[in-house]
Amino acid sequence: MKFLLIMHLNPEVWDGLTEEERTEIADGHGRFIETITKSGELITTQALADPSQSAVVRVRGGQPVVSDGPYLEAKEYLGGFYLVDCESRERALELAGMIPDASVEGMGIEVRPVMFSAGNLEP
Amino acid sequence: MTRDTVVSDDTAVEGLLSELAPQVLGTLVRRYGQFEECEDAVQEAVLTAALSWPAEGWPANPRGWLTTVATRRLIDQMRSEHARRQREATAAALEPRTGTAEDHGASAGDDTLVLLFLCCHPALTAASQTALTLRAVGGLTTAEIARAFLVPEATMAARISRAKQTIKSSGSQFTMPAPQERDERLRVVLQVLYLIFNEGYTASSGSQLHRPDLAREAIRLTRMVRCDLPGDGEVAGLLSLMLLNHSRRDARTGPGGDLIPLAEQDRTQWDAAQIAEGVTLIEAAMDTSSLGPYQVQAAIAATHASAERPEDTDWRQVHALYLILERIAPNPMVTLNRAVALAEIKGPRAGLDLLATLDGDDRIARHHLLHTVRAHLLERTGDHAAAREHYKRAARATASLTEQRYLEARASRLSDAKP
Repeated sequence: MKFLLIMHLNPEVWDGLTEEERTEIADGHGRFIETITKSGELITTQALADPSQSAVVRVRGGQPVVSDGPYLEAKEYLGGFYLVDCESRERALELAGMIPDASVEGMGIEVRPVMFSAGNLEP
Repeated sequence: MTRDTVVSDDTAVEGLLSELAPQVLGTLVRRYGQFEECEDAVQEAVLTAALSWPAEGWPANPRGWLTTVATRRLIDQMRSEHARRQREATAAALEPRTGTAEDHGASAGDDTLVLLFLCCHPALTAASQTALTLRAVGGLTTAEIARAFLVPEATMAARISRAKQTIKSSGSQFTMPAPQERDERLRVVLQVLYLIFNEGYTASSGSQLHRPDLAREAIRLTRMVRCDLPGDGEVAGLLSLMLLNHSRRDARTGPGGDLIPLAEQDRTQWDAAQIAEGVTLIEAAMDTSSLGPYQVQAAIAATHASAERPEDTDWRQVHALYLILERIAPNPMVTLNRAVALAEIKGPRAGLDLLATLDGDDRIARHHLLHTVRAHLLERTGDHAAAREHYKRAARATASLTEQRYLEARASRLSDAKP
């Protein structure tokens, strides 16, 4: 079963962390990636650039209209994700708990089942 | 390069290779032990054969050819391994074991069964059991298995390698499980085969293009098990169940891939040969063996398959069989199915009353099938507003795009209809 483990980032929370804490989170991601790569559960993971780098495209009357910035102005935004293929929902929840962000006050990992897959799955 | 890119048309070579791969693997493991290394060697030999046979012609003795090539790979592999580790001579390690079962006339069939038991080792997760079974017993390449489950090849390779390490560290031998645990282990094997079948049968996500046909593969493997255990009623029951479900394959989806429910399927599209084989199998099994869950499920499928028109279905028999299944293998999903049968005999209200007993059951309370069945029954009572609501709930809860499309269509059909 495929699940997307979604990391929502709150810049206020992130900025409030010490340098040590941030390093620990980065190292934790490294360990997590190693663990789920070896177990054959990781499909892919991506971290996204800051939403200030985003642009939103809307086509109106056949013409694309581009506006800079994120789609939604919110306190939290999509920071990155892990796409995993694992045994069960229980295992997906267990994996989410292993992501370092889940242990940070003010942050949490959203676990959502995947419904459709297509495309080049080769890394 | 994967073998299907080369011999995609040459199904004869593929068929022979999948048949021989587990036999050759059995021979090697018997001689040299070391399941993990032997499995790699056979996989490489099979790939070599898939590349060279279509081009250069088939060898006179395909099994001997594969065994020789695989043994050579194994020796190469072990030499480099040893050279790296100790730089010592390795010939001794490669001396065939003496007094193995092979010398006592063990057949290729026994080997295949022992392999299956090993691949369905209880220490492995279901995902690993299925992957390893498809590779070691089914003779599929890692790339093919990865495509079948829509994951990257690297992910599947890691999963298979982890599975082999787990088997190694569990200290399992290449032998039949002891008689007292054999039944339990066989249940796991059958469960894995059924999982493989269902993965292929219900595959709905992504493009079907170039995906190996797991349903057919599961049927082929179950036939192999049945050859070794012709007297086991549950093996026969599972094979029958697969054949009967598979017989409806072409009728269960429309041209756009949309789901067609049983009652609306064009029954002339059902595969009569598969139905006949499935029905014969289950009738013989139920006459001679003690009853088990697969046999009862096959008997239910056979009852449906025997009805020429939906209205000819013997719902009393279906209901009675679900009652038996509820007794020998209690599970909320069985009760859910019994509710469908009960509604056919005693009306939708009776079915809804039985469904109400499942609401407190965490295993199924949020399941989309509970919403779906409730929606169907509510629709039949004429309560279209409630039916629509439950179709919508089911559509939100399912993880299958095909099912979601079907459920949304049912919901909007009720919105369009006059109240």
